[in-house]
Amino acid sequence: MLGQFIETLIGGVLTGVLYALVALGFVLIFKASGVFNFAQGAMVLFAALAVARLAEIMPLPFAVAAAIAIMIALAYAIEFFVLRRLVNQEGIILFMATLGITYFLEGFGQTIWGSDIYKINLGIPREPIFLFQEVFPGGILLDREELAAAIVCAILVAVLAVFFQVTRIGRALRAVADDHQAAQAVGIPLNYIWLIVWAVSGIVAIAAGMIWGSKLGVQFSISLVALKALPVLILGGLTSIPGAIVGGLIIGAGEKLAEVMLGPILIRWFDLAGGGIENWFAYVLALIFLLFRPQGLFGERIIERV
Amino acid sequence: MRAPAESAVLAGEVLLSVRNISLAFGGVKALQDVSFDIRKGEVRAIIGPNGAGKTSMLNVINGFYQPQAGTITYKGVTRSHMRPYEAAHNGIARTFQNVALFRGMTALDNIMAGRTLKMRRGFFWQVLRIGPALQEETEHRLRVEEIIDFLEIQAIRKVPVGRLPYGLQKRVELARALAMEPDLLLLDEPMAGMNLEEKEDMSRFILEVNEHYGTTIALIEHDMGVVMDLSDRVVVLDHGAKIADATPDEVKRDQNVIDAYLGVAH
Repeated sequence: MLGQFIETLIGGVLTGVLYALVALGFVLIFKASGVFNFAQGAMVLFAALAVARLAEIMPLPFAVAAAIAIMIALAYAIEFFVLRRLVNQEGIILFMATLGITYFLEGFGQTIWGSDIYKINLGIPREPIFLFQEVFPGGILLDREELAAAIVCAILVAVLAVFFQVTRIGRALRAVADDHQAAQAVGIPLNYIWLIVWAVSGIVAIAAGMIWGSKLGVQFSISLVALKALPVLILGGLTSIPGAIVGGLIIGAGEKLAEVMLGPILIRWFDLAGGGIENWFAYVLALIFLLFRPQGLFGERIIERV
Repeated sequence: MRAPAESAVLAGEVLLSVRNISLAFGGVKALQDVSFDIRKGEVRAIIGPNGAGKTSMLNVINGFYQPQAGTITYKGVTRSHMRPYEAAHNGIARTFQNVALFRGMTALDNIMAGRTLKMRRGFFWQVLRIGPALQEETEHRLRVEEIIDFLEIQAIRKVPVGRLPYGLQKRVELARALAMEPDLLLLDEPMAGMNLEEKEDMSRFILEVNEHYGTTIALIEHDMGVVMDLSDRVVVLDHGAKIADATPDEVKRDQNVIDAYLGVAH
C-alpha cells in the first residue's frame, strides 16, 4: 500500500513537472508584459509539430536548433504584427489577441506540418527504472522520460530564476508589465523586451512540446493538455516562477493521488462510478484557491486602492 | 553632470524647437501647424482650455505620437518625429496627467526604474550581482536617495505606490523623472487634484529643480496663478492651434487668450 502510494506520488510529481513547464511559459509572458497569453498551449503544439516533422529529415539536435529559430521568428512576428500595434491597450484586448493567435497557430501548424499523429523519439530507453525492490514488493516504477523532463525543467527554472533576478532586467520587465507608457517614458525599449520574453517562452514551449510529444505522440490534444496549466497558475500565482513549479507539482501529484485514493472511497461508500477524478480535481482545487487566496501561493499581493 | 549625447546647448539657446506640427486622429485635428521653441534653462508653460491639444503636444515631443507634418529639432538634430526610446535616451523625461507609476512596485523601485538607461554594466555582472554590478547598483541607489531627500519622501520609500495618496504618487512620479537626470523635463499637470499646501510644495520643487540642476522644464498647468509664478514664457493653444506665445504678463492681457478662456460673442 505504501509502495503504491509512493509510486503514484512520484508519477504525479513527474507529470506535474510537465504542467509546470507549460505554466512557466505563461508566467514568463505575464510577468514581463501583463499579457495573459492563452496561446501558450498552441505554441507548445506548434513547437512539438516543428520538432517532430523536422526530425524526420534531419538529426534531432538539428531539428531542435531549427525549431528554436522558428520559435524566435514566431516571437518576432507576434511582436511585429500584433503586440506593437496594441501598446497601451487594456489587458483584455491583449488577451483577446492571444486567443486569435491560439487558433491561428493551431490551424497554421497543421497547414504546414500536417494533422496526423507524429512521433518524437528522444532516444530515451522505454524500460522504466525500478527502485527499492528490496523494500516494497515489485519496487517503485520510475518512467525515464518523466525523469528526463524533471531534469530539463529544473535546469530551465534555474536559468530563468537567474534571468529575473538580474536587477536591471528584472525591474524593467516588471515595469513593462505594470504600465507600458511609463516604461517607455523612462527609456525601457518595449519591443525588445517583448521579443525576448516571447522568444524565451517559445523555447520553453519546445521543451514542453518535445517531452509531451514523446509521451503522447504529437497531436492536437497537446494544446488541450496545456490548459491544465491554468489551475497550476492560479495555485502558484500568475507572477511567480517558483509558484509555477510548486503549483505544477501539487496539481500533478494531487490529481493522481485523488484518482487512486479518492476513487475507491467514492465507489465503496457512495456507490459512485468513481472515475474521471483526474479530469476535474485540478480545477476544483483552483476554484478553492480563487475563493481563499486569489493571489496564489507565491503571487504578489493584489493591491487596489479604492 | 553627464555629457550631453549630442551637440551641447548653452543656457538661453534653443534646446527644442517644434515647427509646423500637425497631428490628426482621423478627422479630429489635435494640433494644427503649431510652432514654438523651448530655451535651455527656462520654465516654459503650455496652457489652453480643455481639448486644446496640450497633452498631444507633449506626446509629440517625447515620441508617443508621430505628427503627420512638421519637424522637431532637439539639441540641434532635426527629425520628423521622435521615438520614445530616443527621447528618453537623449534626456527627455516626463510625468503624466493621470499618474503613470508602476503600481505593484515600491516607491524606491519606481524611482530606480528611472535609472534604467544609466545602468551600463553588462548582463554577466548583473547576473552575478557582484563586483562592478553591485557597485553600480549602490552608486545609483545613492543618487536616488538624494532625490528622495530632495522631494521629502523618505518615509514612503518601501511602500508600494498603489497604496499612496494621490499627492504623494505625483511626487514619486516626479522623482522617477528626476532620476533620469533629464535635460528637458515635461510635466503634464503636475498639480492637478492637489490641495493648496501640496501645490505650494510642488511649485517649490519645480523651481528648485530648475534653479539647482538647471533642468529645462515644459509644463502644462490649469492653475493660472501657478503658471504666472513659475514660468518664464507661455504658449497658449486653443483647438489645436497656437494663439499666443509670450511672457506670462503679456499673455494675461492678450485678447485672443481672454476670448479663448471666457468665450466670445459671435
